[in-house]
Amino acid sequence: MKITREDVENVALLSRLELNEADVAKFTGQLNAILDYVDMLNMVDTSGVEPTAHVLPLKNVMRADEAKTSLPRELALSNAPQQEDGYFKVPKIMEG
Amino acid sequence: MDYEIVIGLEVHTELKTASKIFCGCSTRFGSDQNTNVCPVCLGLPGVLPVLNAKVLEFAVRTGVALNCRILPFSKFDRKNYYYPDLPKNFQTSQYDLPIAVDGYLDIETSQGTKRIGITRVHMEEDAGKLIHSGSITKSEYALVDYNRTGVPLLEIVSEPDIRSAEEAKAYLEKMKAILQYIDVSDCKMEEGSLRCDANISLRPVGTVPLGTKAEIKNLNSFKAVQKGLEYEAERQAEVLGEGGKIIQETRSWDDARGITLSLRNKEQAHDYRYLPEPDLVPIIVDPAWVESIRQNLPELPDARQGRLIKDYGLSAYDAGVITASRAMADYFDATISAGADAKTATNWLMGEVSKFLNTSGQSIEECPVGPQKLVGLIALIDKGTISLKIAKAVFEEMCASGKDAETIVKEQGLVQISDEGKIVAVVEAVIAANPQSVVDYQAGKERAIGFLVGQIMKQTKGRANPELVNKLLRERM
Amino acid sequence: MELNKLKAHELHRKLQAKEISAVEIAEAVFSRISAVEDKVRSYITLTREEAMEQARRTDEKIGRGETIAPLAGIPGAIKDNICTKGIKTTCGSKILNNFIPPYSATVVDKLSAQDTVIVGKTNMDEFGMGSSTENSAYFNSRNPWDTDAVPGGSSGGSAAAVAAAEAIWAIGSDTGGSVRLPAAYCGVVGLKPTYGRVSRYGLVAYGSSLDQIGPITRDVTDSALVLGAISGYDPADSTSANAAVPDYTKALVPDIRGMKVGLPKEYFVAGMDPEVGKAVYRAIEQLKAMGADYKEVSMPHTSYALAAYYVVATAEVSSNLARYDGVGFGHRGEGNDIISMCKRTRTEGFGEEVRRRIMLGTYALSSGYYDAYYLKALKVRTLIKQDFDKAFEQVDILVTPIAPSPAFKIGENVDDPLAMYLQDVCTVPINLAGVPAISLPCGFKGNLPIGLQIIGKPLAEETILRAAFAFEQSNDYYQRLAPLGGA
Repeated sequence: MKITREDVENVALLSRLELNEADVAKFTGQLNAILDYVDMLNMVDTSGVEPTAHVLPLKNVMRADEAKTSLPRELALSNAPQQEDGYFKVPKIMEG
Repeated sequence: MDYEIVIGLEVHTELKTASKIFCGCSTRFGSDQNTNVCPVCLGLPGVLPVLNAKVLEFAVRTGVALNCRILPFSKFDRKNYYYPDLPKNFQTSQYDLPIAVDGYLDIETSQGTKRIGITRVHMEEDAGKLIHSGSITKSEYALVDYNRTGVPLLEIVSEPDIRSAEEAKAYLEKMKAILQYIDVSDCKMEEGSLRCDANISLRPVGTVPLGTKAEIKNLNSFKAVQKGLEYEAERQAEVLGEGGKIIQETRSWDDARGITLSLRNKEQAHDYRYLPEPDLVPIIVDPAWVESIRQNLPELPDARQGRLIKDYGLSAYDAGVITASRAMADYFDATISAGADAKTATNWLMGEVSKFLNTSGQSIEECPVGPQKLVGLIALIDKGTISLKIAKAVFEEMCASGKDAETIVKEQGLVQISDEGKIVAVVEAVIAANPQSVVDYQAGKERAIGFLVGQIMKQTKGRANPELVNKLLRERM
Repeated sequence: MELNKLKAHELHRKLQAKEISAVEIAEAVFSRISAVEDKVRSYITLTREEAMEQARRTDEKIGRGETIAPLAGIPGAIKDNICTKGIKTTCGSKILNNFIPPYSATVVDKLSAQDTVIVGKTNMDEFGMGSSTENSAYFNSRNPWDTDAVPGGSSGGSAAAVAAAEAIWAIGSDTGGSVRLPAAYCGVVGLKPTYGRVSRYGLVAYGSSLDQIGPITRDVTDSALVLGAISGYDPADSTSANAAVPDYTKALVPDIRGMKVGLPKEYFVAGMDPEVGKAVYRAIEQLKAMGADYKEVSMPHTSYALAAYYVVATAEVSSNLARYDGVGFGHRGEGNDIISMCKRTRTEGFGEEVRRRIMLGTYALSSGYYDAYYLKALKVRTLIKQDFDKAFEQVDILVTPIAPSPAFKIGENVDDPLAMYLQDVCTVPINLAGVPAISLPCGFKGNLPIGLQIIGKPLAEETILRAAFAFEQSNDYYQRLAPLGGA
C-alpha cells in the first residue's frame, strides 16, 4: 500500500504537526519505505485468528467508589505554561 | 411534498458517583476551578486509569431499566481528537462493544403509547470546562477548568424513532424520570448533569431511506429541545421545498435568536481513529449479577404510575404528573403514609404545590413545605378548622415562613367561623344592606348570591365557613 | 577498592557489617561521575543533594541498628521517562524540557521505600523511540567500551551509567528491547519482566501494551534484587498482574541440570554478524555442558514481529503522545490560536523520529486503514504469542542473540530509519508476547560486548534468572569492567 503526499499532509493535520515542503517529501518517502516493509503482514494468514489487544488475561479490574484528596491547586498548575486565576490559560479557540 | 420528521436523540448523563470514572477525585459540582483534579484526570505524562466499579453498576442498572441487552463482553476505546477541554486529546469511551444495546422506553403521545428504541448505552469520561473571555468568536484567550474531566458519563442513543418535537420532549422527560428513579443521576440540565444533542432529518412521507441529518447542539433545556427541533424541521422543509439539499453538519441552537447556526469547520476532520484502550482491561459481565440488578431495580415510573391508578384510583393523567419525577412521586407516597387522602394530596400537589415551585423555580425536594407539613394543612381543612380558600393562603405563608399550618392559623387568627349564630348575624346584616342583590337573586340571577357571599366573607375576613354561609343565605332568601 | 565498582549485593553486605557507609558509596559514585561523565554522558539530571541526604538517612538507620533493605544506601539511576516527584523528567525530549512531575512513579516509591539513593535521571532516545540513544533531544550517550560506539537504546543512559560505574544499578524501560539491547551493547545485565509484573504507573507511555520497566545491573544477582524491589501488583495500574512477588534471590542457584533449552532458528537472521552467532552457539554449548537439555524449535512468525511491532507501538504512541500540546505542561510554542500553538509546540518539541512514528501510527489507525494495519498487526501478534506458547510446551527457556551485531558506531544508522529498526528484530517478539527475558554478556567482538538473550514463560522470572546465573557464574564477563568502567 502506498502513502501519498496528500495522505501525509492529512496525517500531519490529524496529529497536529507542521510540515514544510521538504518535510512532506522526506516523510512521504520514509513512510512509504516503512509501509512497504510492514506490508509483509499481508502474507500471514490470519483467518479465524482473534486480535490480541491485551497480553494478560485480566478482566474486570476496578476500584471502589471513594472520593480521595485531590492535588492542591498550586501543584496542579505548577507546570502550566500560562495560568490565570486558578485556570489554565490557552490562546483563543476558533470555531466555525 | 409532505415530509416526515425523523429525530434521534443522544442523551449524556453525569452519574452521581462520589468519585470520577478513572480516578479518586470528587465529582462534586460547583467547586473552585481546578481543585478536584489529580495527575490522572489531568492527563499528566505517565498516568493510568482505573475504572470506578460504581460506574459499571450504574451503567448496567440503566441498561436494564431501559430494557437493553447487557453485552457479556464489553471494553473501552480511545476516541482521538484534539480539544483543550480534553487533557489527553483523546476521550476514553466505548466504541464497538458498549455495555448495553437494543433497548426501548415508552412515551405517551396524543395517539397513545409509543415505543422509542434505544440503540445503545455506553460509559465514557466527561471533558473539562472552557471559559472564553468575551464572546466565543472574539476572545483572545480561553481559560480551562479540569474539575469536570473524568466525571463519569453515560451516553444513551435513541433509534431515529421520534417523529415530532413534542415526542422528543416526552422522551426526554421519561428518560429523566427513569434515570432519577433508578438513582444514577440527578439529571439537572441547568448543572449539565443531563445533556441532549439531537439528530434531525426529513423524508417524504411514506418513504423509507433516511434524509440527510443535521446534528443540533446547545439544547440546554427541554424547552430548547422542543423549540430547536421545531425550528430545524421548518428550516429543512424550506430548504428542500426550494429544491435545495440538506448538508450533513453540526448546528448550534441559539436560544436568544430562536435559530440554529452552522458550526461547520474545515479543521474538524472527525477521524477519531478509535483503538481499544490499552490501559484498561475488558469487562466480562456475570449474568447472575445483571439478574440481581434487575430484581433489585427500584419501581420504574410506568409501574409506579400503574400502581397509583390501581391503588388510589387516580386518573392516568394525574398519576402521570405525580410520577413524572421520582421526587414528586416520593413526596406523594410520603403524604399517603402520613394519612392524607390520595385525591386530596394529588390536587394539592398538582395545584398549589406545583404553582409555587414553578414561580419560585425550586424543585420539589427544595419545597419549604414537606409532606408532613402538607398533611398537617390538609388535616385542618378536613377538621373544618379552615376553609380551602384560607388554606391556600396559609400554604403560601407556610412556603414563605417555613412555619407549619397550625402555627400560622393560630398566629393569624384564621380559625374558621363555624358557629351558626355568629354567621347568621352577619348574613342578616349583609342581606339588609344589599336589597338589590336579594331582588336579583330571587329574580333568578345566581351570580347575585356570589356577591352577597363575597360581602359576608369580607366582613368575616374570609373566615366564615363557606358551606354554612351558602346554606344560611339561601334559607333567608 | 573504589566502592562504585562493587555490586549492590557486595555493598549491602559491607553496609550491614558497618565496614563502609552509604555516604562513602555515594561519594565514590559522584566522584566517578565527575571523572568520566563528560565522556560517557549518561545523565540528563544529577540529584546530588537529594542523593547525599538519602545516603545520610540510611547511615542513621544503620547506626540505630535497624535492618536495612537490599538496596538501602545503594546509588542507582532512573531513566528519564519515569516520573520522579519534584525532579525534572524530560523523556529525552525538548517538549518536556521543563516538566517537573507532581507525583512519582510507583517503582520510584517502591525504591524509596527501600531507602535507596537516587543519583539522577538518565539519557534516552526521545520517548523511548530508538535503539541507540541518538534520538535524545539533548546529546548522545556513549558506550563505555568504545566511546565512538552507541550504548544502545532507548535506555542508553542507564546502561552506560552502570557499565561506567557511574551508578551501581539502574532502571530503564523496554518496549521493543530498550532495556535488553543497551544492556547487551554495554556488557551488563538487562531484564524485561513479564508484562504486568512491574507497575507502569508513572512510566511515560510509549507502547502501552508493550512497555515494562526493568533493571540494568552489573550482574544477575543485582538484577534479582532490583527486580524484587520494583515488582508487584499496583492498584493504580489496571494492567498490573495480581501475582505474589517471590524472593528472586532464591532462584540464584547455578544448577540447570534437566532444564530444557530451546533455540528458535528464526532468530538467526540473515545479515547477522558471524561473531554474534558464534558467541551464542558457544553459550548454548556451555549450557549443555552444565546439564541442560537442548533442542531446536521453530517459531514461524518471528520474521513478522518487527512489522507487527511497528504498527502496534506506533498506533499506541500516536495516541499516547497527543497530550503534548502546550496546554497544561511542557513546552509551549508561539501561536495566536490554540491550533497553531499546538502545531508549533509539537513540531518544535518533538524530534524527527518521534514525528515519524506519530505519523505512521496515525496513518495505521486512520479511517480506511484500521483493518489493514492495526487490526491485522494485532492478529499477527496473536500468532506470535502462540509461537511462544507452543515453544514453551517443549522447553523451559529460549536462548537467542540480542541483536544482529554488537554496538554500531555513532551516526552509522541515523539516516536510515528502517536500518535502525532492524536492530530490534530479536527483541520485539518478546514484547509482543509479553514474556520475560534477560540479556547478559556471552562474548566479545574485539572490545565490544555480545549479548545473550534468555526468554522465559509468563511470570517465570525465576527460571530465566537461574539460567542466567548459572551461565554467568561459569564465565567471567561479570567481573570485567568497561575501559571507562575503571578496569
